[in-house]
Amino acid sequence: MSDVLKSAAKLAEAVRSGETSAADALAASSSLIADRDDEIHAFLHLTTERAQAQAAAVDAKIAAGEDAGPLAGVPIALKDNMCTRGAPTTCSSKILDGWHPPYDATVVDRLEAAGAIVVGKTNLDEFAMGSSTENSAFGPTRNPLDTSRVPGGSSGGSAAAVAAGYVPLSLGSDTGGSIRQPAALCGVVGVKPTYGAVSRYGLIAFASSLDQIGPFAHTVEDAALCFDVVSGHDRLDATSIPEPLAPTLTNLHDGVDGMRIGIIDELMGDGIEPDVRRRTEQAAEALAAAGAIVDTVSVPATIYGLAAYYLIAPAEASSNLARYDGVRYGQRVDGANVATMNTNTRSAGFGDEVKRRIMLGTYALSSGYYDAYYGKAQRVRTLISNEFAAAYENFDLLLSPTSPSTAFELGAKSDPMSLYMCDVCTIPSNLAGHPAMSVPFGVGDDGLPVGVQVLAPMLQEPRMFRAAQVLENAAASGGAA
Amino acid sequence: MSDTTETKQVLPDGWEMVIGLEVHVELATKTKLFCGCANHFGDEPNTNICPTCLGLPGSLPVPNEQAIHFAMVLGRALGCSVEPGIFARKNYFYPDMPKDYQTTQYEEPTNEHGAITLPDGRVIAIERAHIEEDTGKSTHLGGGGRIHDATATLVDYNRAGVPLVEVVSGPEMRTADEARAYVAELRDILLATGVSDARMEEGSMRVDANVSVRPTGSDELRTRCEIKNINSLRSLGRAINYEARRHVDLWTNNDQPTQETRHWDEEGGRTTSGRSKEDAEDYRYFACPDLPPLVPTAETIADIDSSMPALPAARRAALAEAAGVAEADTLLAIERGLDGLACETIAAGGDATAVMKHVDQNLAEGQGKLTSASFAALVSMEADGALSSTQVKTVLAELVANGGDPAAIAASMGFEAMDTGELDGLLDQLIADNPDEWGRFLEGDNKVQGFFVGQIMKATQGKADGKVVNQLMRQRAQD
Ligand SMILES: [Zn+2]
Repeated sequence: MSDVLKSAAKLAEAVRSGETSAADALAASSSLIADRDDEIHAFLHLTTERAQAQAAAVDAKIAAGEDAGPLAGVPIALKDNMCTRGAPTTCSSKILDGWHPPYDATVVDRLEAAGAIVVGKTNLDEFAMGSSTENSAFGPTRNPLDTSRVPGGSSGGSAAAVAAGYVPLSLGSDTGGSIRQPAALCGVVGVKPTYGAVSRYGLIAFASSLDQIGPFAHTVEDAALCFDVVSGHDRLDATSIPEPLAPTLTNLHDGVDGMRIGIIDELMGDGIEPDVRRRTEQAAEALAAAGAIVDTVSVPATIYGLAAYYLIAPAEASSNLARYDGVRYGQRVDGANVATMNTNTRSAGFGDEVKRRIMLGTYALSSGYYDAYYGKAQRVRTLISNEFAAAYENFDLLLSPTSPSTAFELGAKSDPMSLYMCDVCTIPSNLAGHPAMSVPFGVGDDGLPVGVQVLAPMLQEPRMFRAAQVLENAAASGGAA
Repeated sequence: MSDTTETKQVLPDGWEMVIGLEVHVELATKTKLFCGCANHFGDEPNTNICPTCLGLPGSLPVPNEQAIHFAMVLGRALGCSVEPGIFARKNYFYPDMPKDYQTTQYEEPTNEHGAITLPDGRVIAIERAHIEEDTGKSTHLGGGGRIHDATATLVDYNRAGVPLVEVVSGPEMRTADEARAYVAELRDILLATGVSDARMEEGSMRVDANVSVRPTGSDELRTRCEIKNINSLRSLGRAINYEARRHVDLWTNNDQPTQETRHWDEEGGRTTSGRSKEDAEDYRYFACPDLPPLVPTAETIADIDSSMPALPAARRAALAEAAGVAEADTLLAIERGLDGLACETIAAGGDATAVMKHVDQNLAEGQGKLTSASFAALVSMEADGALSSTQVKTVLAELVANGGDPAAIAASMGFEAMDTGELDGLLDQLIADNPDEWGRFLEGDNKVQGFFVGQIMKATQGKADGKVVNQLMRQRAQD
């Protein structure tokens, strides 16, 4: 790994001070990608021209003595479900192959305004539906730590881009764990912010009430830095939180002394591999050693989270993905009339997992079934929120594994249900709209990284990042040995 | 209502109509419901579009505050309770609907439980008045102009995302005239509140009629048909009458109508079958996750109520009271927006009958620069016989065009009342010159009266008052 690309905070400082340049940082990143990405396949497309222009603009600002921003010259990768003007944005689907959005997502505007350099668009499970990045129309991404393994998903390309050292930062989107689970499997930090903290404008929707954009990074500090840049109210997203958000960087190193932290009982059971459970227990011990008051807590409804999620997310997706009808953009497969053209286009354009979820969701919303499926799932969602609220009366943060296992081999989980189980620990936070993040904490029996999940109440990212920082320090000083 | 009313019996004895109306009203906002594009009719196709109203991947809707406000104003004007509203998605595939779902309100509309009071006093319940977005406009080339056999379809998305309120009545109207009165009343409410320009021919007010029939006096609801493509009040009446007769024919021939959508064919004067209930889609409604609930505060509703302009029903009552006429006789004044002027003129001493006559007959173009004071003064001059009715019309037109003092205008136009003596002399001369005509008048042939009046008008260049000439002729005849 190129040293200059290890830390976004340090790189931005070096660029601002003139020690290095944005152009040099970009060149280092491009060279690493050229060397290794044929094998890893983290990227679907590189935005080289735009990156070079942006790097030149950052360097010119610095030459002119202007403030080039908190991410000055930092190369960053974007999951390919975030719109970039004039550049491909495919969601890893053939149906959007060739489409170039006429606008940038809000996060892209904010990153570039902060001096970041968007180097390319990363692979994902088609329309973010999956947990391994194997469901991409353009081929899978491999885990940089062991290329026989998956990087997790759906933001596997963004996780791999950081893990491979191509870039110090990337953005993913998390609907049921799609940032946290690949972060855990790739040994990086991954954050799912509070719903509404980061604008969804320009994020191609999978399940609108669950989707959130968040960062991947090598360090908690970099993740906090990136979160502070991309978060905050956006008038283009009606679900964006209007109140100003507290910065997470300011008190990052304040520790957890006196914090009450609860290990979620239901997420430490048989479905979780023993080595992952052990690391989670060690993480709790590390927090206790840093002064936190740690106990177990029961949040019973979390076990229904998976079932509720696989009704709500497909239901919303069935509606969100209706627009890919061949009329206005993307792929079109002609037919005798409009309805046949719609059918031909969608049959050819969507992969099996997307079709499966569209059918599930269509069924869940159908007249006569709505109450039994979608309606009931919404009630479970409310129940989970209520139980979290009750837990947070006694605890400041909650703790659990991020993923039931370490990275598995490509093709190992060909049955959809076993893949769906990957998200059992991460889904409850999406249903509640709460923030949660995964921090690397040692390795499993196979030598591959384990991620521990820190969960926080609505808008309590600062507290969550502080605990994550404690875990990162503990892991670095042998606490996860 | 300016349309002629069909008074002849439409259905055979023993049958009555059950009519409910769904009226789509385009709100007169500057921009669309969920984006900043212009809400403007008649522009070049696909010029008022953006990622959001094109439904491009990644785009999101943001509610237009003006549209939400207008919808709530309309709700209060219709006497609805304005409740927290939730946007829902109505899912179905159609090329002119960019997202392949329509954002509308389903289980929790903004406005519910209102009513419209018709000029004859009947109250028609409003079930709901919900907010939704309009679709684009398709033009089908080839085939029969229908999508299924078109060779190509062109879509204009300028209209996609234009804010609509759909006003849904109860099935409470019993005649086509009543349905027309309901639509006319709704139109007047829209104009009074300014929330829509309510032009049926431009499509900013679109009426769908649900029609069924039943034995008179029964309370059953039989199979109904929904008639679309109605572009005027006249078409509405014709379409309802046609459809109701069709239903009675079916029922009385041991048959029955099919529940379906039907299209009004204006030229053919009939309705034709559209989509039937069997291929009706399951719209899979669910709350739109991109849009938070619209929760009006008590303060917002109080503000709307306190700034509500006078509505047609109240205006009719006020004018009827001031002029001492039936409410039904105030409709033209309300439609022309002259009720305020009429009330003020009467209050300023203008004779009510004369004021109402001028409002109905001589002020079709509206008030212009006419004030209640000058109107009252003019009406008094007329009553005093200082001006002939022709002269009054001329002065009135001048007051509308440029304003001013009626006496001064009359003087400047040389309108001085002719004294009766001068007219007597002219009449004597005419009788002497036209003894045959005068003879016929004496025999009771009133048609020749016009001849004498005309000749005197000609001789006096219109200064004579026709009424006075008639009076003089009748006096002569009696003498
Ligand atoms: Zn627009």
